[in-house]
Parts: sequence; structure tokens; C-alpha cells
Amino acid sequence: MTTPPIGREEVTAAPTVPVEEGAKDNSFLAWILRILSALVVPAVLVLFFFAFEFLQRRDTNKLVQIGTALVVGVLGVWVLYWGMDRLVSALPARTGAGVRPFAFAGPAMVLLGFYLVYPAVNTFILSFQNDAGDAFVGLANFQRIFTETTYLVAIRNSVGWALLVPAAAVGIGLYFATLADRLPRRSEATAKSLLFLPMAISFVGASVVWTFIYRFRPEGFGEQIGILNAIVTGFGGEAVDWLAVPLWNNLFLMVILVWLQTGFAMVILSSAIKAVPEEIVEASRIDGANEWQVFRRIVIPSISSTIVVVWTTILITTWKVFDIVYVMTGGREGTSVVAQQMVAEFFTFNNDGIGAALAVVLFIAVVPILVINVKRFRAQEATR
Amino acid sequence: MTTVTETAHPAAAASSTPPPSRRKPNRFPVYLGVGLIALLWTIPSLGLLISSFRDPRAIRASGWWTVFGEVFDSAAWTIQNYQEVMEGGFANAFVNSLAVTIPAVVIPITVAAFAAYAFAWMEFPGRNMIFVAVVGLLVIPLQMALIPILRIYTNVGVAGTLPGIWLAHAGFGLPLAIYLLRNYMGTLPSSLIESAKIDGADHFTIFTRLVIPLSIPVLASFAIFQFLWVWNDFLVALVFLGYNESVRVLTVELSDLAGRGEGTLSLLPAAAFVTMILPLVVFFALQRFFVRGLTAGSVKG
Repeated sequence: MTTPPIGREEVTAAPTVPVEEGAKDNSFLAWILRILSALVVPAVLVLFFFAFEFLQRRDTNKLVQIGTALVVGVLGVWVLYWGMDRLVSALPARTGAGVRPFAFAGPAMVLLGFYLVYPAVNTFILSFQNDAGDAFVGLANFQRIFTETTYLVAIRNSVGWALLVPAAAVGIGLYFATLADRLPRRSEATAKSLLFLPMAISFVGASVVWTFIYRFRPEGFGEQIGILNAIVTGFGGEAVDWLAVPLWNNLFLMVILVWLQTGFAMVILSSAIKAVPEEIVEASRIDGANEWQVFRRIVIPSISSTIVVVWTTILITTWKVFDIVYVMTGGREGTSVVAQQMVAEFFTFNNDGIGAALAVVLFIAVVPILVINVKRFRAQEATR
Repeated sequence: MTTVTETAHPAAAASSTPPPSRRKPNRFPVYLGVGLIALLWTIPSLGLLISSFRDPRAIRASGWWTVFGEVFDSAAWTIQNYQEVMEGGFANAFVNSLAVTIPAVVIPITVAAFAAYAFAWMEFPGRNMIFVAVVGLLVIPLQMALIPILRIYTNVGVAGTLPGIWLAHAGFGLPLAIYLLRNYMGTLPSSLIESAKIDGADHFTIFTRLVIPLSIPVLASFAIFQFLWVWNDFLVALVFLGYNESVRVLTVELSDLAGRGEGTLSLLPAAAFVTMILPLVVFFALQRFFVRGLTAGSVKG
């Protein structure tokens, strides 16, 4: 059906591979060799990197440093895998065949173990410890998160973001995609590019873009250079410090993310709309359906699964938003969100326990959404 | 310029026959609606672009829209802001961003490609189970990894080093990369791999000569996704590199400048554009892969 071009593949049945000699060798020695082969590449890589890092501290020429870094970082990895493959080839053929898959897949597993599995488990443990990380405190961190105002405000705001941003981005994106579909090809493409362009901009960059929209100067400190206040004062109103208006300031920050994400929603929804069979649409028109009925009864049901995918994708991005709040307000004026509060806790205040607990809250909330999403992917695969 | 439409979906090209001409008379409201939204979406960045070329004093004194009265007055335009910004640390940050981004894109692709090949075309105990576990790691938010990794980095003294952040980005990007590459490589015809084997090619040769060249589209999609991710990333750079001048990247430099208040106001627009220029170039040059790369990331947690 009409999910994103890539990314819709589910865990399909593995292609059948003829069993190679040695693959079923489960002797102790074979396993030692396998584990070793998985570890060699990451270990040498790390040694390599940090030896280089140590050497370059004495060097002064920046560009030379960067150049070496690139060669080491880019070529070095390939050379390592090649060298490892040669080593495995030097083993007796039968043993080598059993070890080689681990030389190929092992390094990835080691990296994943170190950068995702271990930290995730560790963060769970930390979330039950005090801020110094030297004693277990049970659920105290979570209790604080769900009772103290600081954290409740962050959670309230995050929930607000999660409810409003995806709705706005998908709504506007869908409206725009539907309209643009009726334009000549060239105009459509140009219009879509304009809407999509913010996707290339970093959240920090976007925040700077929008500081020039929301800029506020108190009376007597010069002309308003923020376009919003220029409009307000132009109509005789009084300039507003947008980012300091309680509750509303959250909304103004959300607009930035909507601005960034609408293009994404629009592009994917647009391709889904185009995949709705023209015959069905035409037939319903001939039967006397007006444009709204066609949209409501034909187009929406046909693209509903895509809407869910786009919605949840934006929802997850929104839930973890950090940069915009950090740059625009730093979480002041009641604008903090969970992800930004989390960084503030562990990075600024050294409250590792609370920080870890907030990370766990972020994680737990995402799991059901992703499970639903994966289930949908599977259902779709099954009917395809 | 290639355009977003063409990118969207293979089926889109086939089914987007020109709409019947009888709808032409109603096009005006459609143009109005599309035009209005497109304008709203363009104004923020356009205003910033205009500001970035204005005289510093003018930026502080009046809004960018006032230039429309003096468009042809050459005295109103200057590249002074860009010069100042580049000298003020952004040239340095640009180089740092490149030094962070290139290996942070290439390393995960290489590591994931080898792993994906093994998952797709090699037989080993626990293969499918491990692959499912890797896909499961997609749900772990980055935030879960920050505290423990930073602790380790600080203890062994590699916080604030380039290799530290390369490997961190590689680790965080791997689940998506392995997932995408394995699914793509798995769809290559097995007869192809088999015949190469019969011709005496070993796994390494099949991988480098056959599978990698055939997987270019998915490699490109992931590369662009990861490039944008790392280039635009602020959180990981802030935590693992920080504000230390010798390694700070563009997003960190920009957020620092943005936090300095009115004094640096006139530099902000130019600075913001320096951080955006490379993604925008990639955007216009590779729109097809760009959209695919972004949509590819939609399964990421």
C-alpha cells in the first residue's frame, strides 16, 4: 500500500543460504575464535583512534589533524575489516567458515552492546539510585517526577507538544498535499519544495530563524525587529514578549516544530494521495460526489495507514524535542519539556538519578507507540 | 532542479496522470491556498536570508522588510556579517562539523554493511534472533544512552574527543542502518550470489564487488539521513564535545551565539546560514535521495 518508500520492509524471512561447512561447529575453540573475531575490529579501532587522538594533541595544524582524522576514520575501518578477513582466511577452511560471519557481524554487535544495550540497562539501574549514584532509593526519583511541580510542568508541556504538534503538522500537510495535487506538475513541485525546505535545517538553526519572528523590545528600546511585534504595533497594538506569556509561550515554541515537520508529513501524504486509484475517484465523481465527499469517503480511508505512520513518526520526534526549548527559553517561563529537563538535570545539575528517571519516562512512553507501528507494518506486509 | 514530487513513491509516477482539464476553472482558490501556506513557510527563512546581507546597524535598527524600499541601494547590502562570523569561530566550527560528520557517517555505514551482509547471506547460529534484537534496539531513545556513556567517557578521559563522538554516533545510528541494509540486501537475487560463489569468489569479494555496488541506493539514502542527523545534531555534540573551542561544532557554536543576547544580534542571521548551507546544498542537489533518506528514518525510535 502506501507507506514510505523505504522503511516499510519488515523482518522478512531470511533468504535461504546453503549451510556452509563449519557453521554448525559448536566446539569451545570455535566459539572462542568467533568472539575474538568480533572483538578485534572494535578493539583495534578504539586503540587506533585514541593513539591518534593522543598524538594530535601535540600537533597544532588543525587541517592536518582533521585530514588524518578523516583518513583514519574512513579508510581505517575498511582496512580493518579487510585485515580481519585475511586473518580468518588463514584459519583452516572449516573453522574459518564458522568464524567469518562473526568477523562480519560481530563488530556491529559489540558497538551496539556498548552504546545502546549497556547504557539502557545502566540508565534503568541509575533511575533507582540517588543523584550521586551510590545508593538505591527505590522509586523515589519517579515519585519526585510525578509530584514535584518542576517535573509536572515538564511532563504537562511534553504531553501538550505530543498532542498538538503531530496534529498540526499532519493537518496542514494533508491540506497542502490535497490542494497541491490539483496544480500543474511544475507549480506543485515548486510549492512542495518550499514547504519541505525546513527539513534540511537543524533545530538550533530553526530556533534562530524564529527568534527573529518572536523578537521583543520593550517600549523605548527601539523599533520592533520581530515581524510579529511589528505587525501588532503596526495595527496600533502593544508589543508582546511572546516567549514570556504563560502557557501561550509553549504554543509559540510548538509552531517552530510544526514549521519543521509539516514538509515531511506533506511529502509522504502526497505520495499516498497520488497512489489512490484515479478510477475510484473518477467513478465517485460521476456518481455525483462533491470534492469534500471524495476526500472524506475515498481519499482519507485509502491513506489512513500512511496517516498513522506519519503521525506516530512526528509524535516520537516531538516527544523527544530538546534543542528548540534549550535554545529559545532554556526551559524558563514554564516552557520546559521532559527531554530538555533531563539534560538539565544530569548535565547542568549533576542529578544523575533524576536525569536517568526522566530518560526512562521518555523511553517507556515511546514503546507502545512503536509496538503499534511495527504491528501495522506487519499487517500491511501480510496484505500486500 | 529535481523536485520533491518525483521522489515520492514509485507508484506515484505511474498514477499521476494529468488531471482532467475540466477542473481548470476552479484552480484559482487552489493556487491561493497553496500560495498562502507556501508563503507563510518561506517568510521566516527568507527574512533571515535578507537580514544576513544587511548592514549590522540596520539589522539592529529595523526589520528586514524595510529593505524593500532600498533594494537597489548598494550601500544597504554587505557581506560583512559573513566575514565577521567566519572569523569569529564559525570557520573553525565548520571544519569541526565536517570532521565529526564524515567519519560519523562512514563508520556506521561500513560496520552496518558488513553486519547486514552477514545477516542476509551467511549462516550462523542465532542469526535471525540477533537480527530481531537489533531491530528492537530502534526503540531506545538516545537519551537512555547519554548518562552512562558520558560517565565512561569522563572516567577514561575521552569526553571531548573526536573519536569519542564518531563511535557514539556510529553506535546510535547502527540499528537503523543494519535494519535498512539487511532488508535491502536480502532482496538481491540469491542466484547472483550463488553463481559468484561457484565462480570461486569468497564472501569478502562478493561483498565488495557485488553486494555493495548493488546496494548503492539504500546506502545513499541512509548516508543522507545520517549526514543530516549528525550535521544538525545538537544534543550529542553538546554532551560529548561541549563548548570546548577546539572541537565545538556548528550547532553548538550557533546556540552559544544565540545565547549572547542583543550584542551579537546582527551576526545571528549570517551565522545561522553558515550552519545551514551544506544541508541546503545537499537538499537541492540530491532531493530524490534526501526524501528517501528522511522517510527511511521514520522507523527510528
